[in-house]
Amino acid sequence: MFEKEKLSQIKEAREKWEKDILAKTLDKAPESKEEFKTVSGSVVNRLYTPEDIDNIDFEGEIGYPGQYPFTRGYQPTMFRGKPWTMRMYAGFATAEESNERYKYLVNQGSTGLSVAFDLPTQIGYDSDHSLAQGEVGKVGVAIDSLKDMEILFDGIPLEKVSTSMTINAPAAVLLAMYIAVAEKQGVSSDKLRGTIQNDILKEYIARGTYIFPTEPSMRLITNIFEYCSKEVPKWNTISISGYHIREAGSTAAQEVGFTLADGIAYVDAAIKAGLDVDTFGPRLSFFFNSHNDLFEEVAKFRAARRLWAKIMKERFEAKNPKSMMLKFHTQTAGCTLTAQQPDNNIIRVAMQALAAVLGGTQSLHTNSRDEALALPTTDSVTIALRTQQIIASETGVTNTVDPLAGSYYIEAKTKQIEEEAMEYITKIDELGGATRAIDLGYIQKEISDSAYQYQMEIESLDRIVVGVNKYQVEEGTPKGLLRVDPIVGEMQRKKIEDTKAQRNNALVEEKLGLLRKACEGTENVMPFILDAVREYATLGEICGVMREVFGEYEQAVLL
Amino acid sequence: MNRPIRVLIAKPGLDGHDRGAKVIARALRDAGMEVIYTGLRQTPEQIVAAAVQEDVDVVGMSLLSGAHNYLFPRVAELLKEQGVDDVLIVGGGVIPDDDIQGLKDSGITEIFTPGAQTSKMIEFIKNNVRR
Amino acid sequence: MSPIRMDGGIMDYKQLVEKMLIGDKRACAKLITAVENEPDKAENIIREIHQYTGNAHIIGITGPPGAGKSTLTDKIVKALISEGNKVGVIAIDPTSPYSGGSILGDRIRMQDLALNPDVFIRSMGTRGYLGGLSKYTKNALKILDAAGYNYIIIETVGVGQSEVDIIKIADTIVMVMVPGLGDDIQSIKAGIMEIGDIFTINKSDLFGADRTAVEVNMMLDLTMDMDRRPPVVKVVAVKNEGIDDLVNEIKEHMNYLKESGKFIERRKNNLRLEVVELIEEQLRKIVISHTDRENKLDSEVIEILNKNKNVYEVRDMFLRAIK
Repeated sequence: MFEKEKLSQIKEAREKWEKDILAKTLDKAPESKEEFKTVSGSVVNRLYTPEDIDNIDFEGEIGYPGQYPFTRGYQPTMFRGKPWTMRMYAGFATAEESNERYKYLVNQGSTGLSVAFDLPTQIGYDSDHSLAQGEVGKVGVAIDSLKDMEILFDGIPLEKVSTSMTINAPAAVLLAMYIAVAEKQGVSSDKLRGTIQNDILKEYIARGTYIFPTEPSMRLITNIFEYCSKEVPKWNTISISGYHIREAGSTAAQEVGFTLADGIAYVDAAIKAGLDVDTFGPRLSFFFNSHNDLFEEVAKFRAARRLWAKIMKERFEAKNPKSMMLKFHTQTAGCTLTAQQPDNNIIRVAMQALAAVLGGTQSLHTNSRDEALALPTTDSVTIALRTQQIIASETGVTNTVDPLAGSYYIEAKTKQIEEEAMEYITKIDELGGATRAIDLGYIQKEISDSAYQYQMEIESLDRIVVGVNKYQVEEGTPKGLLRVDPIVGEMQRKKIEDTKAQRNNALVEEKLGLLRKACEGTENVMPFILDAVREYATLGEICGVMREVFGEYEQAVLL
Repeated sequence: MNRPIRVLIAKPGLDGHDRGAKVIARALRDAGMEVIYTGLRQTPEQIVAAAVQEDVDVVGMSLLSGAHNYLFPRVAELLKEQGVDDVLIVGGGVIPDDDIQGLKDSGITEIFTPGAQTSKMIEFIKNNVRR
Repeated sequence: MSPIRMDGGIMDYKQLVEKMLIGDKRACAKLITAVENEPDKAENIIREIHQYTGNAHIIGITGPPGAGKSTLTDKIVKALISEGNKVGVIAIDPTSPYSGGSILGDRIRMQDLALNPDVFIRSMGTRGYLGGLSKYTKNALKILDAAGYNYIIIETVGVGQSEVDIIKIADTIVMVMVPGLGDDIQSIKAGIMEIGDIFTINKSDLFGADRTAVEVNMMLDLTMDMDRRPPVVKVVAVKNEGIDDLVNEIKEHMNYLKESGKFIERRKNNLRLEVVELIEEQLRKIVISHTDRENKLDSEVIEILNKNKNVYEVRDMFLRAIK
C-alpha cells in the first residue's frame, strides 16, 4: 500500500523509537504481561504502523461501502441513511403476553419484531407433548397452531413491520403460519418482510434444537428458498448464524470460519436443488455475536463481509453484486452476562452494541442486564433498547461510514481474521464440507476446546470477569426477575383442546395425508404445509408427519 | 478407596446448550473422575436408568431453559423410588437464587449458578461424595 | 470384606448375586463396580456366578475412532432385541494417562435404549490398561452373562497395533472401517486384519466406500491360512441400512464356530490364557514380596552397579529364596 521508500523510513523511525524511547520505559516499568491477547486469544502487538498493513491493497481489499468486496459496509450511506434496525428478541409464556411486549417495544421505538419461541415449539412438539412438560413458554412464546399465531400478531399490521423469527427445524411451519395470519389481515405474501433463522447446521453444531437428519433438513431449507423466491420475495429465507457458535465458546475467527462454511453448504445445496445463485443469493442473511473485545469484533465483522464477497464471487461465480453482500443481524454476547452484580451487564452490552455499530450491522439486539438469570423484565429491556438509541442519537459514531477503517490495527486484524477463517474453511472443505465436518464432530470439538481453554483462563485468573473472579461483593438475591407461571402449560393444553374441537378434523386429516405424500416424494412441501396450517393442524401434528417420514437426527459425540 | 469417582453428566429436557456440560465434563476428567455424558434431550427416566446401570457416585444436571423446577426434582424423585440413596445429586445452569432452596428440599444437594468455577465443583464433589 | 450399601441397607455379595440373577439391574451394576474396584470381592463374586456363565455370544466391535462404532452398536442391539434377545453392552473409552480420569461418551448414541428392560449398558475406562479394553472387562462380562444377557457386545477403544486384547474375550470380532478417514488399509498392520471375523464398512453411502471394500478384500487375499474368509458387509448405521445383513453374519459366524469346533477351541484358548495370566499375577506378587522385603533388591542393585555381582547371579539368588 505504501511507497517503498516511505515505508523503510517508517521502519527506521520505529526502530529508533524502540531503542531510544521504548527501551527506557520498559526498563523502568515493564509491561504488565508477557503477551497481550484478544479475547479470542490472538496476539496483539504493542503498536501498529503502516508496516502492518503494507500488504493490503486499498482498492481491492478495503475499497468503498456498497461495493465489492464490501469490507466497509453493505450499503454506501450506512447509518447516515437510517440507523440499523433496533430489533429486540422477545417472547415468552403465551401469545397474549408476548403480543403485549411487542406492542410495548414498537411504541418505545423498536423498528422490527423478533420472535422467540419456546423449546417445544422449536423442536416441533405441541404444548401437551410429554417432553414439553416444564418447558412451555419458558424461553419464548408457545405456538401450537395458527390460533396462537393470530393472537401473537393481533393488532400488528404485517405489511408495516419486519419480523424476524428465530425458528429453525420447523421454520417452514412457522413461516406458513405467518403467511396465513397476513392473509387474514388482507396482506398478500409478496408484501411481507422479515427473516426466518432456518439454519439447521448450527443447530447440529451448537444450539441443539434440531429435529430431522441432515438431508431432509437441507431439502426443507431449499424448498423454502424456492417457495419464497416466488411467493414471498422480500423475505430473508435464512439467517446463517455465528452467534450460537460463539456462545458455545468459539473464537472470533472460528465464528467467521464455521459460519461461512455453513453458508457454503447452503449455497451448494440450493444450487444442487436447481436454484440459481443470483436468485437466492441476495436473500441470504447472517447473524453474528458481538463479544467483549471491541476492536477484534469490528475487525471480525469486516473480515466476514470481505470473505463472503470473495467466496460468492470466486467460488460460486455469482454475478449479481447483491449476492455478494453479507448483511447481518447482531446480538450482544449472552455468554458474557454475569449473574453477579447484574447492573454491570448494562455496560458490557453498551460496549458490545457499540462494536456492532462500528462494525456496520444491519440490525441489532441488545441483551438485558438480568438475562444471566431469567428472561428480561420490561424495565430491563427498556434500558437495553435505550442503549441502542443513545448510540444512534448521541455518540456521533453514525456520522461517517466505517469510521475505524484505515486504523493500522483494525486493518491488520481484519486481514488476520479473514486469513484464519479461510484456513478453517479450507480444512472443512478437505473433510468434505460442513455437513461431513459436523458428522465427524470436527467443528464441535474445535469449539469445545476453545470453550474449555476460556474457562480455565478464568479459573487461573488469566482472564478477568469483573464481579465474578475480581471485584466481587457479597450480594443478596436479585429481586423482581421475570418468572413464567407454570400455569402457562395448562393454558396451552386447554387451547389445543379447544382448537381441535372447533376445527374441521376430517379436513385436517386430509391435509396431513397430502403433506405426508409430498414429504415422501420430491415436491416442494411449503404449499402442503400452508394448507394444513390454514385448517388449524397443530405444529406437533405437522412436524409429527415429517418426523415419521424423515426420521430424527442423532447427535454426534466428541467432547 | 482410590478408585475414580464416577459422575453422570446429563442434559434433561429440551435445552440444547451443552457448552457448560462439556466444559465441566472435561474438568472432572482432568481431575481424575470417570465422566459418563448422556448427551442432549434426556428424560428424567433415562437419566435415572443411566445412573443405575453405570452405578455412578454423582448425578450432575445442566439446564438453561428454565425448566429446572420440574425436571430436577423429578430426577431426584425417581432415584429415590428406585432405592438409590447413595448418589450425590447436583445441578447447574440458569437458575435464579430464589429457586435454589426448593431444589435442595427436593433432594438436590447443591446448585451451581452462572459464574461457578469448575475447581469449586470438583472440591464439592470430592468432599461430599458418599462411598 | 466390606459389604455394599444398597436399598437403604447393607448387602453382601451373595445377596447381590441373588438379586442380579433375578434381573435386578442395580444389583448387576453394583457387582460390576465391585469387580472393577475390589480384587478380593471380585474373586468371590466370580466364584459365585461361574456356574451361570458361558451362555452368551460375545461380540467385539472394534475399529478406528470416527468409524461410528457406537451408532453401529446401537443398531445391532436394536436388531437383536427385536428378535427377543437380551443384550448387554460394555463400552470402553481411554483413560487419560495424566489425570486418571476419562470421558465415557459412547452412551450418547445408545441412550434411547436406556429404558429397555432387555438391555444393559455399562461404560468403562481403560484405567491404564493397554490392549483396548479395561482389565476388568472380562469379569464385567461374566456378570452380564450370568444375568442372562445372551448377547454381549464389547465396544473397544480404537484399533491401533496393540489394542487387540479383544481376541482374548470375544467369540466374534467385527472390525468397523470407514471410507476416506485418511487411514489407508495399507497402513493398518496385517495383524489387525487377522483378528477380524467380520469386516464392516460403515458410512458406506460416502464416496470411496467401494474402494475401501476392494482394499479390504485385497488385504484378505494376502492373508494366508484362512479356513474361513471373513465377509465384508457394507452398512450405513445412521440410516439403519445393512444392519440385518451384519446381524446375520454375526449369527452365521457363531454357527461356523460351533460346527467347526472352533468355538470350544477358542474358549479353551482364552481360558488357558486367563488361568496363566492369573497365575502370573500371583507369581508377580510373590516375586515383589521377596524383592521388596527390606529393600533387598535395592541393595543387590548397588552390588551390580559396583560390578560385584551380575544380574544373573542376583536373579538366581532370589529364585533360590523363593523356591
